[in-house]
Amino acid sequence: MITSFIHRAVMQGIPLLYGSTGEILTEKSGNLNLGIPGIMYVGGISGVIGAFLYENSLASPADANAVLAIGIPLICCLLGSLIMGMIYSFLTTTLRANQNVTGLALTTFGIGFGNFFGGSLITLVETDVPSITLSTTSHYFSKTLPFAHKLGWFGEVFLSYSFLAYLAIIIAIVASIILKHSRIGLNLRAVGENPATADAAGINVSKNKYFATCIGSMIAGLGGLYYVMDYASGVWSNDAFGDRGWLAIALVIFTIWQPSIAIFGSILFGGLYIVHNYLNDVINMTMSTQELIKMAPYVVTLLVLIITSMRKKRENQPPASLGLPYFREER
Amino acid sequence: MEKTPAIALKNITKVFGKIVANKNVSLTVYNHEILSILGENGSGKTTLMNMISGIYHPDEGQIFIGGKEASIQSPRDAYRYKIGMIHQHFKLVDVFGATENIILGIEDGRYDPKTAQRTIMATCEKYGFEIDFSKKIYQMSVSEKQTVEIVKALYRGADILILDEPTAVLTPQEIQKLFAVLRRMRDDGKAIIIITHKLNEVMEISDRVSVLRKGEYVGTINTAEANESILTEMMVGQKVSLNIERTDPKNIEKRLVLTNVSVNSNDGRPILKNVNFTAYAGEILGIAGISGSGQKELLESIAGLQQLRSGSIIYFNPKTGREEDLRDKTPLQIKNLGVRLSFVPEDRLGMGLVGSMSIIDNMMLRSYREGKSVFVRRKEPHDLADRIIDELQVVTPDAQTPVRRLSGGNVQKVLVGREIAASPTVLMVAYPVRGLDINSSYLIYNLLTKQKESGVAVIFVGEDLDVLTELCDRILVISGGVVTGIVDGRSATKEELGLLMTKAKHTEEEGTK
Repeated sequence: MITSFIHRAVMQGIPLLYGSTGEILTEKSGNLNLGIPGIMYVGGISGVIGAFLYENSLASPADANAVLAIGIPLICCLLGSLIMGMIYSFLTTTLRANQNVTGLALTTFGIGFGNFFGGSLITLVETDVPSITLSTTSHYFSKTLPFAHKLGWFGEVFLSYSFLAYLAIIIAIVASIILKHSRIGLNLRAVGENPATADAAGINVSKNKYFATCIGSMIAGLGGLYYVMDYASGVWSNDAFGDRGWLAIALVIFTIWQPSIAIFGSILFGGLYIVHNYLNDVINMTMSTQELIKMAPYVVTLLVLIITSMRKKRENQPPASLGLPYFREER
Repeated sequence: MEKTPAIALKNITKVFGKIVANKNVSLTVYNHEILSILGENGSGKTTLMNMISGIYHPDEGQIFIGGKEASIQSPRDAYRYKIGMIHQHFKLVDVFGATENIILGIEDGRYDPKTAQRTIMATCEKYGFEIDFSKKIYQMSVSEKQTVEIVKALYRGADILILDEPTAVLTPQEIQKLFAVLRRMRDDGKAIIIITHKLNEVMEISDRVSVLRKGEYVGTINTAEANESILTEMMVGQKVSLNIERTDPKNIEKRLVLTNVSVNSNDGRPILKNVNFTAYAGEILGIAGISGSGQKELLESIAGLQQLRSGSIIYFNPKTGREEDLRDKTPLQIKNLGVRLSFVPEDRLGMGLVGSMSIIDNMMLRSYREGKSVFVRRKEPHDLADRIIDELQVVTPDAQTPVRRLSGGNVQKVLVGREIAASPTVLMVAYPVRGLDINSSYLIYNLLTKQKESGVAVIFVGEDLDVLTELCDRILVISGGVVTGIVDGRSATKEELGLLMTKAKHTEEEGTK
């Protein structure tokens, strides 16, 4: 049971990992993008639209081409979330709009966008259930290593995931290395900490903010895609993604802005997210207890917030100019 | 030594909205020399230098570097022309170390902090800088940060160095150290521009002085041919008396007695240790010390903003003759006791005024509780605002202007004006002339003296030792949270104060070793 719990926890954790890696990159540039939940929705539905159109253009599922079946939803997802990132950057960096308001607006918009197109597609297929099933595409997305199930618990815990799951971990590791050990990372952190200093040092602040936010959005969008295509086996139903986007933002605080910690943090959060199902098997719980246990990820985040702010170590604090617009000639 | 023009400005003009910050400024700086740019606040010194370093772009005029016309569009361009600027507010990233800050923004092939650090160390050795590479910026003292800034400019190959008020936050000893380094750089062939409004420093460090007045270029003279009164005249356009009028204290009576006051910081570090002193009505008590020695916490303890670990603060009420303990009381409770405290904090826009509110609304912050109506009365604050603008010569379009839009000096005048208007019995001011020009500074000094004469206990936290020794009746020196001495303002010398300011620190350091 423990192996299956870990397996499920990882599956739950991967969308969070995408979301929080994306948000960490964004926040490192000083942009507090609260639009991440909406962007993950848009990433998911864009992929769904791409896959839907591709699947419906085929005469039979057997005609599907693996490269196209993966490539089309992937590119649609990246494009959709990129556009969201661009909107956010344009509003906050170029027009210097309030970041919180912009982010919340994008989240509201993103969820609505997802539900609208999700609902529209559902009416196109004329089914009884309020969801779309893209089993052909999902089949390609959830392909695991062929020998994984032969290796017992080891295989299930470490090897039984699809390529998007491993990609999430690779992206988190690469992001971590870039932030800590490269000039790009140094510049980006400087922009988020003190844009005036970065500007005086000859770093293009706007460019850094745009790039970090857009790339961060695309990474977060992949989380939505992973959720639909792999975790939900290609089934899109409205609002199913739930509050995972907010959990990803909470995870950013939990990881004290380090993508490498996010890898473990996301699995932990994933585990906490589903632990009530498993605890139910061990000790019989009432519905209300289950609901209480569902709070676990948020409680953990609160605890981390309290502990990090009590220790007051400067390196563990959010980027100093997080949420603040930058304008060179303002005094 | 051969002197060639390093940088020449021709007819530079810069306009911000309706305000002309610089008008037809022309000046030349040579290699192997230190040029001081002298001017009152708001005379356009910093704006001019920001145009050289690429932060702003001149509206008219040309900049020549090494004899060729240069177009400096951005800070990056400035580096390309080998110009390095050390800003008044350091441009450093707090959570980075020295090396990361110094190499920030440089793109020269592979990212390699270790090699860079060796190069930086060589530069340090050449000019005599000391940098602790294991410290993060936020752990450094002001002087250490400044060193990092200068090394940063040098590392980028700067041949023209601009320092914006580099001595404002340093102790006399640190200033001497800085000047020694600047001289070494000058002898190495660099052109150095130093912006300041401290005349004695101009005389000491510079080879030539250029003076700006209200954005216009007044002239340049060799320091050897100048003296303080000539320079002052160039700066303000008319001769002003440099003496502060100090009357003898009259009708002295006990007003505030602090006994064994100790305060800890949030993380449990002691900030004030057993502070004892008495503030008398009718005198100005100066508080001298390196910034961050506990001055802020001391004033905040009296104002009811700090929790004391031990000790007592007794206020002698002149009206009732009663003694009130102010310890563990909130500012409102203190006010309700009938204690009329006025406090001009160091952080004007953070603690004193609300930046986005108008001058009138800021006046109301002190008086909105008065009156019985549910609506606030706007007339009195409006009159008060007008009176302050008039009496203190606040430069503002009108009383409705948000305080944030005023220049630093004018913000200060608004705050000081409001606090004095509350007719306090204890007036606490922290760095009231920071950022003010000479004329405004004297206006404030005279206001403080007037308050003292009318029987107010004035507590004045200052940084300029000349002013402290000329203005205050007694000077309390604080160092590392410990009172290292209370001296008579009339007989104290700057050297004596300087020693007291660093005294406890040294003994403490020896103690820990």
